[in-house]
Order: sequence, then structure tokens, then C-alpha cells
Amino acid sequence: MSYPTNLKYTKEHEWLNPETGEVGITHHAQESLGDIVFVELPKPGAEVAAGKSFGTVESVKAVSDLFAPVSGTVTAINDALATAPEKVNQDAHAAWMIKLKLKDPNEAAKLLSAADYEKFVAEEGA
Amino acid sequence: MSTSSEATGTLRKTALNPVHRQMGAKMVDFGGWDMPVEYPAGFGERPGGLIQEHLAVRTAVGLFDVSHMGDIGMEGPQGLEAVQHITMNDASRLAIGQAQYSAMLYPPGTFVDDVIVHHLDKNSYLLVINAGTREKDYNWARENARNFECQVEDAGDNFTQLAIQGPRAAELLQQLTDADLSQVKNYWFTYGTVCRLKETLIARTGYTGEDGFEIYIPSEEAVSRRVWFEVLEAGKGMGILPCGLGARNTLRLESKMALYGHEISDDITVWEAGLDRFCKLTPEKGTFIGRAALERQKAEGIPRTLVGLEMCGRGIARDGYKVLDKSGKDIGVVSSGSYAPFLKKNIALAFVPPAQSAVGGAVSVEIRGQSVEARIVPTPFYKRPKA
Repeated sequence: MSYPTNLKYTKEHEWLNPETGEVGITHHAQESLGDIVFVELPKPGAEVAAGKSFGTVESVKAVSDLFAPVSGTVTAINDALATAPEKVNQDAHAAWMIKLKLKDPNEAAKLLSAADYEKFVAEEGA
Repeated sequence: MSTSSEATGTLRKTALNPVHRQMGAKMVDFGGWDMPVEYPAGFGERPGGLIQEHLAVRTAVGLFDVSHMGDIGMEGPQGLEAVQHITMNDASRLAIGQAQYSAMLYPPGTFVDDVIVHHLDKNSYLLVINAGTREKDYNWARENARNFECQVEDAGDNFTQLAIQGPRAAELLQQLTDADLSQVKNYWFTYGTVCRLKETLIARTGYTGEDGFEIYIPSEEAVSRRVWFEVLEAGKGMGILPCGLGARNTLRLESKMALYGHEISDDITVWEAGLDRFCKLTPEKGTFIGRAALERQKAEGIPRTLVGLEMCGRGIARDGYKVLDKSGKDIGVVSSGSYAPFLKKNIALAFVPPAQSAVGGAVSVEIRGQSVEARIVPTPFYKRPKA
């Protein structure tokens, strides 16, 4: 898997598009979870803090927290995921979950690049 | 979110363990066994994963390695008496070739384990038991049968047990055996040649709510591997999938079948679990361990009963979540809950007081601090269409 280079990544397997403020989970994350059946997201207007949980993603077998890559305000949520959570499995990097107005644009720079994330995933699996 | 991998050094493995790994199965520790939970790569043209595996069993056929389950042989001049003493269903009603769902109970009428009792031959019975309770069950059976003329044997490691389940299971297995499966009724069994293995036990039993068979072949690795792949190849055109414990759980939940540690345990009685029809308090059955306590509880009334829930609000009720009444009062607990892949709903089984167990009743489930509405519904949630 070659991770999109326009996105930034976290060790909790989330991605951020620094330009659009969109946040989702990575291909590796959806693969580990298996079939996703439920996504719980905050309401527009909610504040999220970097490193803190902002919602959950559930597979049939398990519930996983979603951790905010950066701090900000939720400006939109992806309604499609309420009725079609499997979109996350189909294309994790296209299936954005929330859109953030970043509190501090510099926070994004501290996240992992695609290359660093790929390396992290390879090492974690070893 | 986080991911992790686990060491498997101390886990027990079935003979097919290398095959599951070769097929890319995601593995999990289940009751001390290294078992496949799902096979994302699928088989043939068909992609896999829990949901696909579940649907394959409901619409076509699926193949499970259930060798982790245990087998207790009970044989002797007092084989029947011994089985009657330690189980709750009436084994004297079994013809040779017939099986029944039953359970071994503790004196308070709670569960040592649920079992399927097979009447193999005159004075000879086979009890198939759960993986997580194998040692406990075997020791219990041996200890409590000791006053009867009956040998108790732990035969678990002798067999690879495969479950072939689904509306096309009979059609598939018939291609691989000389036994006439049309003569084998539900919960009966026969012996036949399967994949060139003579005298293979073929039982029309299963844990999915579909028609299906469980076959018992030698646990030798090469034999097990050969049969596994022959079944898959023969079923390829039907869209067969290898199925793991993930689908095994969602299938049994939709069919309201009990899972040890959830709907039945050493803390739950037969009446509370709603398994009355498998427990015979008749003169023919005679005394058995747990009978006296069950008779007392029947007279006194039960403090809790098992009901089916369907979520109305957004959320998945999971094992251990609290059940609340309309006023928000804590009235019970979810024993098993999940998204149901065939029904496409979120369902659960839960223990609530009998007074609050009526079908149609409105309750809620506490999901991570939020109260989500649910309704008590009839069970089983799914019943297979009549042939």
C-alpha cells in the first residue's frame, strides 16, 4: 500500500488533509478492524483536542476510539458514513469522517509523512 | 485507534492451524486456542471477512474448523445411567444414531457446560463440549460417573472436526460421501466414507441456525489439510467460504444459541437461560445433578430471564452493557450483542427481571454513557426458511 503523500498521519492510524482539514482512518486501520458497521462522530461545532478521542469506529467485533490528529473545531461530518460505514473499508483515504478548522496550522507539520507512516506500520507488524 | 499482534507460544493449535495462517486468516486467542476469527482473503472468486462469511452460510455454504471443541466418550454397561446422572436432557430417548442438545449442571442447577450427546452404540455415548471448558468438563464427567460402570475417555485430540453449514451444505457434502444424507434427519448422525476416509462420523448438527453437518476426521495434519481443501474446492462453484469464529458468533447470535460465559455459565440456571425444553423433570429422566435445585427454583420463581433486544436508536449493544428501564433504572445486563450481518440490525440477548421481559417492552441500553433505545423482540431473531 502506498499512502497518499498529500496527507499527514498519526501513530493511532488516523490521517489529516492539512489543506481541507478532513480527518479519517488509514487503510491499515480499516484492514485491522475488518468490516466497519458503525461510526460515531461529534456534532458540527464541537471542539476536538489533539490526541484526544473524538468518536468511535466499530467493526462487528470491536469498538475503537478515533483520536484527533490536531486540535480544532468540527465544521462538518460525513453523513454518508451513518448509512454506509463500509465506505471506510472501500477507500479509507477518501472516506473522510470530520472536517476541522485547525486551531493551530503548525500542529499539522508535526504529524508523520506518508513515508514515515509506512515505515511505522511495517515495523509495528514485525 | 491502535493495532497489535500477539505471541502464540502458549496457545493450543488445531491440526489445521498452518492452513488457516496460510489462507491469511486473522487469528485470535479463543479459550486458550489460536483460532481464525475471519479470512479476509476469502476463497476463489469470493472475498471474505466476517460479514461475507456470515452471508455465505446464510445463503450458500461455509466451512468451519471447530476442532478446538472437546469430545468425551462414555462407554460401559452403565453408560446410559452415567450420562443421565450428569446431564439434564433425557438421553434414554435417544435411538442409536440420534443426538440431543443437553448440558452438564452443577448442584445449584447452573452450567458446567452445554453439550451435544450422541448415542453411538449400545452403552456408548459421545459428548461434544466447548473448547474453553474441555479440562473442566472431562474432570467433572469422570468424577461424577465414577460410581457407574462406565469408562470416561477424553477423545478431543483424536479428531479434526469440520462444520459444513448452510442451505447448500447437504448438496456439497453429498458430493464427497457415500452416505445417503437425505436419510440423516436434523440432530441425527451416521457413518460413511468422506473424502475417501472410511467410517467417518457425519452428524446433522451445528451452531449456525442453518442446515448443516459436522464431520469428525482423524486429527492428523496431512489428512485434515487434504479434506479441508477438498471441501473448499468442491464448494467453490457454490461460493463457499472458510469461516472463522467471528461469523460463528454472529450466526449463533441471530439464531439465539447460547454461548458459554454469556447466556450460560456456572452462575446462571437452566430456567434463567430459557433452556427449559432441554431439561427433563420427568420420571423417565430420573435424578440428575442439579435437578433438586431446579425443581426448587421452578417453584420459587426466577430472578432474571433471557430476552432478545433490537436496538431502535443508533448504537450497538455489546456484552456487559447495562439495560435500563424507561425511567433510567438499571434492570439488567447484555449477555451478547452485536451487529447482525444477515438481519442488518443491531441485536442483543440480555438478562432482565421476568416482570420486565414482555415482548414489545421498551428499554434502553447504556452505550459508553449514553442511553440508547431498544425494544424487546421475539427470539430467535432469525429462523431458517422451511425447506
